[in-house]
Amino acid sequence: MTEPVLVATGLGRRFGGLVAVDDVTLALTPQSVHAVIGPNGAGKSTLINLLSGDLSPSTGTIRLGALDITRWPSHRIAQHGVARSFQHTNVFAAFSTFENCRLAAQSHHRNFNRWFRPAERYADWNAAAEAALAIVGLAGRSGIAAAALSHGERRALEIAMALATHPAVLLLDEPLAGMGPEESKHIVALLERLAGDHAILLVEHDMDAVFALADRLTVMVNGRILASGPPEAIRANADVQRAYLGTEAVSAL
Amino acid sequence: MKRSLLPWLILAAILLLLFPAVAEKFYLQLVTKIMILSIFALSLDLLVGYTGLVSLGHAAYFGIAAYTYALVSPAADPANVWLTLPLALAASAAAALLVGALVLRTSGVYFIMVTLAFAQMAYYFFHDTRIAGGSDGIYVNTRPDALVPGVDLANDLHFYYFVLAALAVVFALLAIILRSPFGRALQGIKANEHRMRALGFATLRYKLAAFVLAGTIAGLAGYLAAAKEGYVNPEMMAWHQSGTVLMMLILGGMGTLLGAVLGAFSYVLLQEWFSALTKHWQLLMGVFIVAAVLLLPQGLIGLHQLRMKPRLPRAEDERD
Amino acid sequence: MEWLIQILNSVQYGLLLFLVASGLTLIFGIMGVINLAHGSFYMIGAYLAFTLSSLTGSLWLAIPLGIVVSAALGLVLEWALISRLYRRDHLYQVLLTFGLILVFEELRSIVVGDDVHSVAIPAALAASLPLTDTLSYPVYRLFISAVCLALAALMYVTIQKTRFGMMIRAAASNPEMATSLGLDIRWIHALVFAAGVALAAFAGMIAAPVSSVFPGMGSQVLIVCFVIVVIGGIGSLKGALIAALLIGFADTFGKVLFPDYASIAVYLLMAVVLLFRPLGLFGRA
Repeated sequence: MTEPVLVATGLGRRFGGLVAVDDVTLALTPQSVHAVIGPNGAGKSTLINLLSGDLSPSTGTIRLGALDITRWPSHRIAQHGVARSFQHTNVFAAFSTFENCRLAAQSHHRNFNRWFRPAERYADWNAAAEAALAIVGLAGRSGIAAAALSHGERRALEIAMALATHPAVLLLDEPLAGMGPEESKHIVALLERLAGDHAILLVEHDMDAVFALADRLTVMVNGRILASGPPEAIRANADVQRAYLGTEAVSAL
Repeated sequence: MKRSLLPWLILAAILLLLFPAVAEKFYLQLVTKIMILSIFALSLDLLVGYTGLVSLGHAAYFGIAAYTYALVSPAADPANVWLTLPLALAASAAAALLVGALVLRTSGVYFIMVTLAFAQMAYYFFHDTRIAGGSDGIYVNTRPDALVPGVDLANDLHFYYFVLAALAVVFALLAIILRSPFGRALQGIKANEHRMRALGFATLRYKLAAFVLAGTIAGLAGYLAAAKEGYVNPEMMAWHQSGTVLMMLILGGMGTLLGAVLGAFSYVLLQEWFSALTKHWQLLMGVFIVAAVLLLPQGLIGLHQLRMKPRLPRAEDERD
Repeated sequence: MEWLIQILNSVQYGLLLFLVASGLTLIFGIMGVINLAHGSFYMIGAYLAFTLSSLTGSLWLAIPLGIVVSAALGLVLEWALISRLYRRDHLYQVLLTFGLILVFEELRSIVVGDDVHSVAIPAALAASLPLTDTLSYPVYRLFISAVCLALAALMYVTIQKTRFGMMIRAAASNPEMATSLGLDIRWIHALVFAAGVALAAFAGMIAAPVSSVFPGMGSQVLIVCFVIVVIGGIGSLKGALIAALLIGFADTFGKVLFPDYASIAVYLLMAVVLLFRPLGLFGRA
């Protein structure tokens, strides 16, 4: 059993009187996909925000390898190989597709004190951007402004930007949101390829995708973990069926 | 540098170089003043147009350098440019570093208000105390000495080219910096700071560096202004001054360097025209500003962009 | 006993500032508009007090008239200009309202001139309350404090306990939802803006007898109000009240203890608050 690369223990977050996430423990191991599912409001996005450093936990700890990253700001966590994509597309709309990835690639190199050579001349960063775009299938669209991409292409760009930073961990927040069946198939195939090299946390509503990709499944309801385990065990779990999947999905299984 | 603007840039440079040949004294001094304000506007463009930090207190760094020059200049002899200028720049940079470290923790409207408040603090410091002449200000009796044989800054023509050289250096420096990785990061911060942090950029550091750089360049403008007039007073850092330079940016169009220069020229020429019409020229200027905000969201540069054939914003330009 | 006088002055100054700052913070909190011209309304109020009381011979008549005029001005401004700023960048709001300041200042200069004027305290309030054998305190200043406190209480009750206040709070926290529930956001915005203008003008009117009426009064009060809103937190009336009182004390005692540096005391206070609370004492992100 490989060492987990990102471990959350007893993670919790409250907003005033509202408990959004309560006592969540999970681990991400390399070369695997850990999917998190649950109804709306279950706390899945809050969980990703806690892991990425966008929110600080009220309780619990997060470890990245040997490092305690519980109180770390998001940029520091990102620098240590954790990349995320956003549920609501969060790209640089006015920049070209290529520039979005180039900037992402730039982030992980020394650039604060680079004031003189034009950014385009850094061949390594250009190569990383091109590679990331190629992996997600956007190579032909690099000159287009991100705002002009289709919805599905922009979701792919989200992932490309994460990849351009060469992360060890990918936190993906509903990458298939708003996509039609064709585009979804394409992204699922992409994620299958990525699972070979990364530790992926996948928050998703699309059950077909989840059961196709996940090595491990965690079900969250009302901020808590209802059940966690291999997909078949979750599928068979009566609590889960009752609380979440509903009778139609049960008969479809 | 947007390729489409390059011909205009070259034209502007040629015009400025040749202008003294046809200009009489009043206009020579006027254009010198406008070039100094262009440097000031360029410094704010870096901050507002490229990094997205709307500062309403930028005049503080303009004034601090001006006062430093006046305070360290000898009473009777010309000051040494190569000693006084670095000192003045250092004073502005230090002030910007101190204020920036404090205010960059805020954002949005808070940032606007605190930058204004700190500039007011500087204003009252010089206005209420006798440290530097209070509201009367200080006079400097001679222009500084460039210590270059044949160059006499007391001569308006020489001073004109001195300022033009400074403007050229600032313009080139900013053009280079904005194309660099650091400059790209600043523009990313303006576009979407949250995303930049998610990618791993320590954005506070970049914003502080931009703030200090902008303050330093504003200091250069302040030094030149003080050297030109031989007089400094607290109004140089009043918030009207901060508002005016912001207006120049909106007029010319932010997000391009040429726009800042264009804005400075347009604003001063407008002011001259309005002043000739009535002593209540500020009324006309106020109405003009309101109209400009409502009707010209992209500034005068926007008119140029409308004329170009329509293409997606920024996409092809990124590869320039 | 001298300290009591300074304390009373601090409270009075702070409460007056609160009146002006409350409009600023409400307008920002509810409509998201930063309005640089807010100080001008204070100035307009003071000049209205001067001209109207000269015309009618009585400050008591001038004040209600002035309130009506300034509220009307607020409605017109909101309809013509401010409403176009709601969706725009703060930068443009700053610039447009900066332009408005220039317009108001010059119009004042044209219509009334640039002289400093005084306004007489109404006879009924012109007495002084004796504190000791030698010291007394002007009744009018106590009147100012009382009126400001009453208005603060009125504001609190209106916003927290009335239907109208509930509509305002709904519009502030979720405009789309409020509209779909049938609230006319446009009218709420117009009324809030007009109320803000009237509050600032009213403050200028009652302050006129003690602070006199002079051209720079608008800018002066605006910047202090910005500091108050930063310290108190945008959109928070409670924060504005506390911050205004803090500033009242800092400024008044500053002038007594170190006159040359008094004006800086206020900004130092702001700097200290910012170090620990970048969003102000009661601000929300």
